[in-house]
Amino acid sequence: MDNTVATEHPHTHETAVHAEHTHVSLPQHRHHFETVEQQREAGSFGMWLFLLTEIMFFGGLFFAYLLYRNWYYDAFFTASNQLSIPLGTANTAILITSGFFMALAVWCAEVRKKDMLVWTLILTTVFGIAFLGIKYVEYHEKWEKHHIPGAHFDISEFVNPAAHGIKEKPLPPDMAQRTQVFFFLYFAMTGMHALHMIIGVGLLFWLIWRARRGDFSAGYVAPIENFGLYWHFVDIVWLFLFPLLYLINRHPLH
Amino acid sequence: MAEIAHHHAEAEDPTNVTNPEHGSHHIVTPRVYAMVFGTLLLFTAITVIAAFIDLSWANPVIALFIACFKAVIVILFFMHVKYQSRLIKMTIASGFFMFISLIVMTLSDYISRSWGLW
Amino acid sequence: MSSTATIVSLPDQATARLPKRSYLNNEDGLLSWLLTGDHKRIAILYLISITFFFFIGGAFAGLIRLELLTPQPDLVAADTYNKFFTMHGIIMVFLFLVPSVPATIGNFLIPIMVGAKDLAFPKINLLSWYLYVVGGIMVLAALVLGGVDTGWTFTTPLSTHYLNTHVITAALAIFVAGFSSIFTGLNFIVTIHRMRCPGMTWFRLPLFVWSNYAASLLMVLGTPVLAITLVLVLLERVFGIGVFDPTKGGDPLLFQHLFWFYSHPAVYIMILPGMGVISEIISTFSRKRVFGYTAVAFSSVAIALFGFFVWAHHMFIMGVSNYSALVFSLLTMLVAVPSAIKVFNWAFTLQKGSITFETPMLYAFGFLGLFTIGGLTGVFLGSLGMDIHLTETYFIVAHFHFVMVGGMLMAFLSGVHFWWPKMTGRMYPESLSKLAAVTTFIGFILTFMPQFILGYLGMPRRYHAYPPEYQVLNVLSTAGATVLGVGYMLPLLYLGWSLKYGAIAGDNPWQATGLEWQIQSPPLTENFIEIPIMDHEAYDYEWLEQKQKNEVTTVG
Repeated sequence: MDNTVATEHPHTHETAVHAEHTHVSLPQHRHHFETVEQQREAGSFGMWLFLLTEIMFFGGLFFAYLLYRNWYYDAFFTASNQLSIPLGTANTAILITSGFFMALAVWCAEVRKKDMLVWTLILTTVFGIAFLGIKYVEYHEKWEKHHIPGAHFDISEFVNPAAHGIKEKPLPPDMAQRTQVFFFLYFAMTGMHALHMIIGVGLLFWLIWRARRGDFSAGYVAPIENFGLYWHFVDIVWLFLFPLLYLINRHPLH
Repeated sequence: MAEIAHHHAEAEDPTNVTNPEHGSHHIVTPRVYAMVFGTLLLFTAITVIAAFIDLSWANPVIALFIACFKAVIVILFFMHVKYQSRLIKMTIASGFFMFISLIVMTLSDYISRSWGLW
Repeated sequence: MSSTATIVSLPDQATARLPKRSYLNNEDGLLSWLLTGDHKRIAILYLISITFFFFIGGAFAGLIRLELLTPQPDLVAADTYNKFFTMHGIIMVFLFLVPSVPATIGNFLIPIMVGAKDLAFPKINLLSWYLYVVGGIMVLAALVLGGVDTGWTFTTPLSTHYLNTHVITAALAIFVAGFSSIFTGLNFIVTIHRMRCPGMTWFRLPLFVWSNYAASLLMVLGTPVLAITLVLVLLERVFGIGVFDPTKGGDPLLFQHLFWFYSHPAVYIMILPGMGVISEIISTFSRKRVFGYTAVAFSSVAIALFGFFVWAHHMFIMGVSNYSALVFSLLTMLVAVPSAIKVFNWAFTLQKGSITFETPMLYAFGFLGLFTIGGLTGVFLGSLGMDIHLTETYFIVAHFHFVMVGGMLMAFLSGVHFWWPKMTGRMYPESLSKLAAVTTFIGFILTFMPQFILGYLGMPRRYHAYPPEYQVLNVLSTAGATVLGVGYMLPLLYLGWSLKYGAIAGDNPWQATGLEWQIQSPPLTENFIEIPIMDHEAYDYEWLEQKQKNEVTTVG
């Protein structure tokens, strides 16, 4: 099987001279595509279309957030101040770092550095899991404080903040009830995001295993590339969730 | 057998349909990635600090603007879109267009239900 | 033309044989079908499954019409009746109409029409079918467990707070089926953009491809919003947070905005592929290129685009602001224009064509008339003042059945009959098929025309009892439904029969243009022995004549 790269590949179909200039031929070339290039581009295009569906999927949640934040602004910013800035910022930095390593991984696959590819994929995963770990800590804290929406939701901290040592304006009871809407959106949006991260981490384990076998260091870059697109998209969603959920109104009162 | 060459000489494919305007295989360097990485972290710090300064209506505007900027550089560089074909760029644009339409048109109903309260 | 005025040209039946090797006999065994990547086999799998669900949905329609024979609520309890129309709606919309043409005819033909060996992502195509089956099984589960009675529209807060039926199962089912639709659309878009054969420019594509492309855009961009809406309904039902509950600060209208943001484009997802079929049929059976190809192609995309911006016309009386209602009403008027452009273009295609009346053309004529009526009544409903009186009445029911059944279902049957010889290699018995087409048409008019009058007179929809003065019209409608049922049963019977006993069709029994008619019937698994090079325009009957002149069809 001829796997040599034509190093002087002209990259322009208009100047390719005869029909035999050696193209990279990969074992993963599917028969219904004419060229490996066509396959790679089709795969990339398909992944982008899938990401479009994800934009629209999260779009519904973002709209609900927009609506209720405007309707219940006081409840939203008071509830938002209960979220931990250090943890949220750390998570943002962690996810950005994870994305950085993923981008590097794509580069490693493109230049065929197998060991570095495996390492960057591992680092991507580690930072991804760190993100999920911090998320768990945050969720757990909400559970302890009875801020999970539903039957056990406790509004006492919002109605009477001074008694809990919190420097906030107290909310009237019905507005305090609306903090449930904030927390519902918080859990729904970050939960949906976390679900996508968990799926991503699962896929990363699979990719690491395949990368160690050398599947992606011989010119077959598409899975790493396309997973990278998915991972960066999940990162972008968080880049919006962070200011919308954590940074509504942090100016003093405190 | 393994030399899967272009199936047709270019004369037979004048419209270049098999690979029209294909994205160049431009490889983005780690240096570019590092610069984007740094920028992202910097703007994260900026957005957090800005949240603590009272700028009334400008706060959410700045926060969203920074978030959009970060998203754009992730898309252009981490996701390589700067070097991709027009088709990919149009696809992404149409996705955001639909998203904005959903938001704007639905919002117009809510705003117009309570003029003056927004 | 022969004196019997048909364009059908079959090979000599005494010597004709099915091709030795085709996608049907390429591999044997159940697993070779259940694990196939071949778009044609997947299309057949879809055809079988949607036919199955069609008849279940049809059975519910029969039960509805049976109850409505009498003004009294004497057949079933109110809740049960609600379950009837809900299951009828869910099954017909999500398990039949949405996948009908794209997943069966589209899956089969689009790779062939663009000159490719398969869709871009065969495995995702198969996944799409499995998601459909899982969604379908879940709907059946909801049915068997006791049914859902929310109406197919799941309106809150009824669905989230006031019912204890199997809303969660049904919502999950549609969530899953939605992804089936998304993946089909995704596959089509990538295939059409990136896998056209050399010489196949966008404007040489058959209009069927353009229509499916436009529908695929809707599938990919609209269906995810339905998905998140259903997730929110599920979360609301399970955790009771209040996102749609006014007592907890939520807005029930938020649900409707998000739901109809998908469900209006959904109706265009349903009709656009059907319109694509009609373009092909009318061209073939008038022996003429489609009039105004560019206009028809662009109008498909225009319908898709505008279709995204009109959803609140389902909500005029639900509490949207007057301003909003005005804007959406205006936009609804606009969206009718591209559809009308298509109808005009089809009419001008017919003009001065050599028209013959084979079965697919009969269905196409039915489509033209019934879709036009249905579409026009849609314009009435889009007009704010009229909608206030007509909404939630049988006028709406008649409107959407005219476009969906008189329109889409007829187009589907037209397409199935037209491409049946290509898919199976066999022809169906023409006299029986013509009978079925005419029966369907008569049954349809009898069923749904009275419903316009009923709606106009004020009979509300989703009611199982009504004032006695409406009975005559209801009886007419039920009588029509019986005729319609017969009309739909017949194809099942004779198409099944034709699989074994039908005449051998040959490559091009309709003498049609199009790449699919230049290959064998049924096609090879890889479609083409050699990737074709497209060097002529679509619907080029001169090219076809030239080709046929140079063909050798007899021995010696």
